[in-house]
Amino acid sequence: MAVLEILQYPDPRLKQTSRPVERFDDALRRFVTDLEETMRAGPGGVGIAAPQVARFERIVIVDVSVKRGIRQHGRLVLINPEITEWEGMSTGREGCMSVPDYTGNVIRAERIRLAASDEFGERREYEMEGYEARAVQHEIDHLDGLLFLDRLVSKRHDLFRRKTYR
Amino acid sequence: MTADHKDKWYMLTLVGEDQPGIVAHVSAALYEGGCYLGETSMMRLGGNFTIMMMVRYAGTAHGLQEVVGGVAESLGLRLHIDPIQAHLHDHRLPDVRISVYGADRAGILAKVTGALAEAGLDILDLESDVAGTEEEPVYVMHIEGHAAEGIPALESALEIVRNEGIQATLQQVDTLIG
Repeated sequence: MAVLEILQYPDPRLKQTSRPVERFDDALRRFVTDLEETMRAGPGGVGIAAPQVARFERIVIVDVSVKRGIRQHGRLVLINPEITEWEGMSTGREGCMSVPDYTGNVIRAERIRLAASDEFGERREYEMEGYEARAVQHEIDHLDGLLFLDRLVSKRHDLFRRKTYR
Repeated sequence: MTADHKDKWYMLTLVGEDQPGIVAHVSAALYEGGCYLGETSMMRLGGNFTIMMMVRYAGTAHGLQEVVGGVAESLGLRLHIDPIQAHLHDHRLPDVRISVYGADRAGILAKVTGALAEAGLDILDLESDVAGTEEEPVYVMHIEGHAAEGIPALESALEIVRNEGIQATLQQVDTLIG
């Protein structure tokens, strides 16, 4: 197990597209273990994508279980993920371990349907919403060389009404 | 970009009647004068253009005045310079966003922010607007801040202003770090 070094923008490698995983072997699973340890070592990190640690393969880990009171699936290893359906939109605040000291508002789909393989190569389907769906969309963007900076909306004007806290 | 620690930081304030090209001309003068910019806020307020810029400059405030004074004068902008500490790369995360609107009347800002301050709100960003018409102006405000004493305290404070006919909604800002 090891905590891997996280690439930080403006490192140009963060803007490249990652390739699909083809071999689901022990080496892959060892990497997934290191990637997860790296995610958990970061303050408040609820997701990580392989290109953030300079491995340009389509591997994402998300775990939003620290957020209480929301619908979520716990620890998710999502390999070669594909979002197959999007529904609704919401604005939320995002930051990134690869973009220190900046946060901004980003519009994401409120609900998504997703297909992805686990670290043993078994294909699974998920339906998710809200914070977890946002985290997955943020991480999958990394696989396509996109940062939340590419999707910022104005801090000063609410384009979409968000849920109110009561 | 590494700062020469001998350089000093200044807050530069420019205000004047709006016209096209203000930002381009001011920033060109600063660049040519050897300045480096930190965080800035530039916006039109009514028919005026307002600029607040953190500027790093090796010389004195008087020297900076000379760098930008000519362009400010030619654009009809009033200029003010204060030495400051920079404190860059130390953003505080907002955890709450409050939107307020209502028929405009004197004292809304004081009433709302007074109640919120007492309930522990630390304002990080506030912008307010007067919308509607001259006859029936509407006040609209967005605040992002840190709830030092928790969200329920702020909700109670907003309940008080709601009872006075001001619409106020509070949204928790839950920043996702991915």
